[in-house]
Amino acid sequence: MLIDDRVLSEQERIGFRLRALYADNGYERYRMSKFEEYDLYSRNKDFLFSEGVITFTDTNGRLMALKPDVTLSIVKNGRDTPGLVKKLYYHENVYRVSTAADGFREQTQVGLECTGAVDAACVAEALRLAAESLKLCSDQFVLEISHLGILSAFVDAIAPGEKVREAILACAGEKNLHGISRVCRENGLTEGAEQGLVKLLGLYGSPRAVMPKIRTLAEEYGVEDCAAQLGQAVAQFTGGEMEDRIRIDFSATGDLKYYNGIAFKGFISGIPASVLSGGQYDALMRKMGRKDHAIGFAVFLDLLERLE
Amino acid sequence: MLNVALPKGRLGEKVYGMFARAGFECPALMENTRKLIFDNETKGVRYFWVKPSDVAIYVERGAADVGVAGKDILLEYRPAVYELLDLNVGRCRMAVAAPEGFQDNLNRTLRVATKFSRIARDHYASVGRDIDIIHLNGSIEIAPILGLSDVIVDIVETGTTLRENHLAVIEEIVPISARLIANKSGFKFKTEQIERLCGEIRKEVEAL
Repeated sequence: MLIDDRVLSEQERIGFRLRALYADNGYERYRMSKFEEYDLYSRNKDFLFSEGVITFTDTNGRLMALKPDVTLSIVKNGRDTPGLVKKLYYHENVYRVSTAADGFREQTQVGLECTGAVDAACVAEALRLAAESLKLCSDQFVLEISHLGILSAFVDAIAPGEKVREAILACAGEKNLHGISRVCRENGLTEGAEQGLVKLLGLYGSPRAVMPKIRTLAEEYGVEDCAAQLGQAVAQFTGGEMEDRIRIDFSATGDLKYYNGIAFKGFISGIPASVLSGGQYDALMRKMGRKDHAIGFAVFLDLLERLE
Repeated sequence: MLNVALPKGRLGEKVYGMFARAGFECPALMENTRKLIFDNETKGVRYFWVKPSDVAIYVERGAADVGVAGKDILLEYRPAVYELLDLNVGRCRMAVAAPEGFQDNLNRTLRVATKFSRIARDHYASVGRDIDIIHLNGSIEIAPILGLSDVIVDIVETGTTLRENHLAVIEEIVPISARLIANKSGFKFKTEQIERLCGEIRKEVEAL
């Protein structure tokens, strides 16, 4: 039976196009059950986008949760595949606390996860698919990319304690350079200790303009390998039609307890928040007893409502 | 066109002065009119006055590309915005104040009256003190006088109101001033305009 796609909303149409994009690139559909044991989420609360999970007691007495996240479920239910790469995509509803709704809200996400022997080619593919996903939504998009290995080396160089480090990372995510200086001052850190990080955060723009400066800075901090990974990941866009849509921006951060390596966020003109978020999350894999590497991203379809 | 949300009132007028001196003037803004939105197309800016506590909402939701909000509002509501510049105006402090001679009894839950529940909760959580938050919307100083609370957490500028009511600052939580904030998505698509504005205003801040 042919479906007349005029009956679909723009969000639904984009959702199906994204699924086709991922399937065409060798990703298999992952279907998760509506409920997971609450324990999975309670142990990884910080990984969730919002606090609060809808829970209920199942008939067998187990405390269950209505899924607030897909990645955790994929990581939990997957098995390590040494030497192989597992590529999955999903199109699921998740249930999260929304400050805008002042309560729980159902949100639709389409995304992909690549786990296993994730190498530079897999990282580059994830970034390409992220950019293509945004382009499917609108020509007016920006994909901003950072490397958490570089960011964390610069933060480590100035901040000794966990609390100070967290405060500095929060400022980095807000492009709050005066805030970083203030945190350093209040914690008695050497004057000017933050200059390297301030310089790094000031470097945002097209990879062509920014990468040479990042390589020089990375050498000073001994993270040339991370700069090389970042350079390799963005090189595919050089000279291509999406080149002017790609930005390096170290304010694209993530929780370092879960994320490492490449991190990225996608924006569409006219939509006030990021519509795509992703990155490498080997740290989450280790936390959940997995040896595989992983990268993935999600597109938040609800935010695309404004495109109509 | 860059949409700029300014806080209504004395602080907003002072901040607009900085924007104007930085080359982003819009004289109609200071005229006594009922207009709400003011354009200066040649300068590429559109201003609007909003309630100070609403600036961050306009910016977070993308109705304004940039705006000026107090750090107190940013700490309390934690909008997902970029905080680009400390404008160093509207300076005051978020502090804990109590009746003169107050001694904290650690055996009792501390009753804290405030408009800034989150800031108060975070502050006392960081020192492990058990508190009871009493959320008020104004005239906070009256709460400990009437026995509604033990202390208050509020903005202190000169301290005159506190002194007149026999209250005193017992602890400073964080210094407050006006900040230039930007919408995260807007920043990606109007980078040059926002950077230029930010750069010129930075010069004004340094000249203060």
